[in-house]
This record gives sequence, structure tokens and C-alpha cells, in this order.
Amino acid sequence: MEYEIKPSERFKLGLREIWQYRELFYFFAWRDIRVKYKQTVLGFAWALLQPLAFMLVLTLVFRRNINDLSIPYPLFAFSGLIIWNVFTGGITGAANSMVTNAHIIKKIYFPRLIIPVSSVLVALFDFLMTLPLLAALMIWYKVAPEWGNIWMLIPAILLAVLAATGPGCFLAALNVKYRDFRYVIPFLVQLLLFVTPVIYPANYFSNPLVQKILALNPMSAPVNMFRSFITGETLNTELCLISIASAVVFMAAGLYVFRKTEKHFADLA
Amino acid sequence: MKPILEIASLSKKYSLRHEQHGYKTLRESMMNIFHSRATSEEFYALNNVSFDVEAGETIGIIGKNGAGKSTLLKILSRITYPTAGKITVRGRIASLLEVGTGFHPELSGRDNIYLNGSILGMMRKEIDKKFDEIVDFSGTERFLDTPLKHFSSGMQLRLAFAVAAFLEPEILIIDEVLAVGDAEFQKRCIGKMEAVSKSGRTILFVSHNMGAVQALCSKGIYLKNGAIEKIGGTPEVIQYYLNDQPVSDTARITKGKVHQIAQVKAEHNGEIVHVEAVVESANTGAVAMDLRLTTINMEPSGFGSLGTFNPDHKIQLKEGKNTIQFSFPTGKLANGLYYLSLDLTEPDKEYFDRADQVLMIEIANAAEIQHGRSLQLGWNYGPLKIDITRKA
Repeated sequence: MEYEIKPSERFKLGLREIWQYRELFYFFAWRDIRVKYKQTVLGFAWALLQPLAFMLVLTLVFRRNINDLSIPYPLFAFSGLIIWNVFTGGITGAANSMVTNAHIIKKIYFPRLIIPVSSVLVALFDFLMTLPLLAALMIWYKVAPEWGNIWMLIPAILLAVLAATGPGCFLAALNVKYRDFRYVIPFLVQLLLFVTPVIYPANYFSNPLVQKILALNPMSAPVNMFRSFITGETLNTELCLISIASAVVFMAAGLYVFRKTEKHFADLA
Repeated sequence: MKPILEIASLSKKYSLRHEQHGYKTLRESMMNIFHSRATSEEFYALNNVSFDVEAGETIGIIGKNGAGKSTLLKILSRITYPTAGKITVRGRIASLLEVGTGFHPELSGRDNIYLNGSILGMMRKEIDKKFDEIVDFSGTERFLDTPLKHFSSGMQLRLAFAVAAFLEPEILIIDEVLAVGDAEFQKRCIGKMEAVSKSGRTILFVSHNMGAVQALCSKGIYLKNGAIEKIGGTPEVIQYYLNDQPVSDTARITKGKVHQIAQVKAEHNGEIVHVEAVVESANTGAVAMDLRLTTINMEPSGFGSLGTFNPDHKIQLKEGKNTIQFSFPTGKLANGLYYLSLDLTEPDKEYFDRADQVLMIEIANAAEIQHGRSLQLGWNYGPLKIDITRKA
């Protein structure tokens, strides 16, 4: 093993090195999951309670306004919320991850990218915990899923992770330098909820231009794809592709900014 | 064989910004685009440092605070990047810059071993294999499933060091770990470090503990203001470093007293140290001269006197220059570097002069013939060898 430590390098993702350290993804995520629910009476139930409570509120407010749905509104809202939470949990965790792990960054070297990505994995874990509850709700409302669309779950989840990772890395890098982003993130995430088809269905806006603009949101494709497993609706391929492309662009930009600034993290954090 | 580490013209520049806030806000940065109010000053933490490290060498890096020691280690462990220059590394580096990195207080001892181990670059399988040894070395087996926050700080440290000690890197970087922990644990640490260096691995050791540097390192590097001031054999470099400290007059409590120590010289041949002191006197008088030995970490190690215990041994001084010569045996002292201090008093009456750490002497008793081993200060058993006799 021979390597060089030099001032500046060409841009590289460093995937080979990340592979060498792959176990760290697991250990960081595992630590965060264990610590998150330590010293709580309800433990993992918190992962279920939050979307459930939010679902109840949404149902009380919107049940009467949104009525051209093929499934009951609570189920509609819940299915949207849990995949949405992969994004919000992931992006919030990732954005703060570099600052909360500053004590480690300042002392030990490992590919820094592992830290924000592991934070997204924590959000993914919470999501997986809520899946049985989703199944229970489907049984309760006697809604049969569209088994033909079951393959959609995989790209939906992967896209949600992708959508959280890109901006998450971007914000993590900026947060190290400008702590303003600590305050921007919750606000940003709240705003985004209203331009994502979580509370309302994708066809809520009929103007095709508005639909296209809203599709720029990287989360619109994963939410619609995930839900199509339950509703059986066919998706608008064009809008999905816009959203996926947007997610990929954000991912590339996020990784680029992160890798560019990561060398200075230890000096700044 | 190529050197395991090649450090070539390494520099690290920091820009010191003279402004109030510790970290930036966006508004500040934006305002600075238009008119930069903050003045900045360039500061080289490391300036054109070059040296090679051969595999298996144990190198001690010494220097005052702010000399660039920690910056060098940080660059080596890739926590921060150099501004210029290049390091070629041929092996895995593990750093004990701070042991216990990544420990989480809410997790159990067991969990923390795995977490810390993997952050330090061990694979899960490796940790599984060494787990029992790590626990053994740390001596915390009873508390393995207790959250770390209930550990005493000493136990946390032991656990942390144990994990790090079982990393098997080709190059180990150690920064001041020995400053903490109880004596018994320090001894174990030094033992472990010796074992590591004997197994052919390379160690870079930064410490203010000259005794430990001397005991462990074959080669020394003295950093001063970001540059290498001296590089060479450990005793030579330590000696140079200690002599390079400005000798202050403040240690002297007397000014204008009747008797003053003007000059001190010492030389030793084998097991005897000869000291020659010149005392300037404004008057005649009978005084006692005391000899104090301290280790270079300022631990008092020995005391001897002409006149303090026995009035018959007092020194009669005449007006003008007096040359006083005496000698003492070193046979019972551990090998290492000591400071020599002299006091001039009239017991129970007056303190004439106190010359603190006027000289540094190196005591190097020959090894005990049969075993090739002699007591070293760096072992931390104390400076005095006690001859014990077994009852027949």
C-alpha cells in the first residue's frame, strides 16, 4: 500500500476508498439508531408515532377537500408521509452530521462522505420500521395493493435515498462553514412538503406547466411511485423522468461540493 | 528498501483572520466580497520540512507548544492537508492523536469497542478476533455491558487505549497519550509501544516527556517555529533542545547577596560525576552547598549536601572567587537525563543563592553484565535502583 499526501488533487469521488471503509456506513448508522432511541420509554415506537400523528392531523384538515382519491385519505396521507420522511429525516440528519461528528473528523481520517450517507441510512431504517404499520392500515381499510406495481417500491426507495443524499451532502458541506444552514434546513423542508404530492394527489394541479415545474422536485417521483403500489395508478412517465433527472443533478452537485470542501473540514469545524 | 515515509518540503500555511467571530455567517462572507475588513496574516505552522523515516524506526518529535508538532501529525494522519510539499506513505498509518475518538457515552463498552475500532480502520472480523485481548488489556471486563457514561474517566481511557493498541498499522503515530492514566497503566502502555517497535513497526512519537522519548526513540527531531532545528540521535537532540531553552535568571532568588554561584561545570566518567562550582563572595563565611537532581520532567530525584546535615562539612569561603569541587556516584540512579541544581545556604539562617537546572547530565550506567539490562528512567519506576538482598 503506497499513497501520497499532497495539497490539491483533481476531482475524484474516491469510490475505491469508500469501499475499503464500507463497514463504517453500517457502524455509523447503527450508532445513530441505537443512540436515537436510548433513554426513551417508547423507543422505536417514536418512529411510528410521528407519521401516525401527522396523518391524523392531515386527515382532520383535508379529508373533505380532497375527495377524488381511489383509497381512503388516511392511507393516502400515511403512505406519502413515510416515504417523505426518508427525505426529511435523511436531509436533516445529513446536513447536521458533519457538525455533530466534528470531534471525529478532527482526529481520524476516513472518507468523509460516509458520514452524511449514514445519516440518510438512519432515516431509511425508520422508514422500514413503519412498513408493517402501513400494511396494517391497508388491511384495516381493506385496500388491496396493486401487486403488478410491487417492483416500483425498489426504485421509489432508492430515489428517495438519492434525493436526500444529494442536497444532504451539499448542506452538510455548507453547514460546516456557514452555520446559518442549521436554521435554513427545517424551514426548507417544511416548504418543500407543500410542493410535493404528499398531502394532495399528483393531479391536484391540472395546468401542465405547473405540473412540470412541480416535477422538478426530486421527491415527487419517489412519492408517486411508492404510492402507485397501493393505488395502482399509472404514472406520468415524463413527469417522473423530470423528477429523477433533477434528483441526479442535485446528487452530482451535492457530491461535487462536498468533495471539494471536505479537505478543509478539520480546519473549519 | 525505500523509506516507509518520505516527507518532502512540507509546508502548511494558515491565514490568521483578525476578526471577532469564530465562525462565519453568510452575511459576513457576502459583505466581505465588497469590502474586506478583516485583515489577515499568513502563518506557517510548518515551513519546508523534509525527512525520511525508515521502516522500523522509532522517532521522537520534540519542540515547544506551537512548534508545529501536532500540525505535522495531523497532516500525516490526513486530517488536514498540506499547503505545499508531498508525503509518500508506504504502509497503513494509524494515529493515536486522541484515543477514544468516536466513543459514545450512551453505548456500552462492548459497542464502543466495535465502533471505535471500525472508525480507526479495523474490519469487523479483525475486531471479533482481538476482542478478548482488547478487553483483557483494558481491564474493564466487568463493565462491558454498562453504558460508557458510567465508566470512570480512567476506565474510558484504558478502554480507548486498548482498542488503539491492537490496531496493527505499519506506522503508529502517538501524541502525548502517556500524559494521562495512572502509573501502572502508563507502564503497560510503554511496554506495548516497545513491543510494537520491536515487532518492526514504525512509530512517530510526540511528547513533552523527555524521559519517555529517550527510552523509546532511536532518533529525534526537534521542531522549532515550524522547521526542523535538529535531527539525529535521541540523546543528542534532547540535549540540544534543552540547551536551546533560554536560560533565565529568574530562577535565582538572590541579587546582591554576599555569596553567589557564578559558574557550574560537570563531567562524568563512568559512574562518578565531578562537579566544579565557582562561588563569588563579597566576604568570608561558612556555607553549605546542596545538590539537587531532578528528572527533565522536573520530578525531584535526589538530594545531597556539603554541610546541611553535618556542620563539619561546611565550606569556608574566602573573599573573591572560590572554586568548589565535589563528586558523587551515579551507580544507583536510573539511566537517563537529569537536571542538576545547586543551592548555597547557611542552614537555618540564610539562603544565598539558588541555581536551578544549571546543567543537564546524562547518566548512563553500564548494563548489568549478565542480562544486558539496566534501570531506565523511561520505565517510570522512579530514578532510584534499590539493591535488595534475599535472606538466606
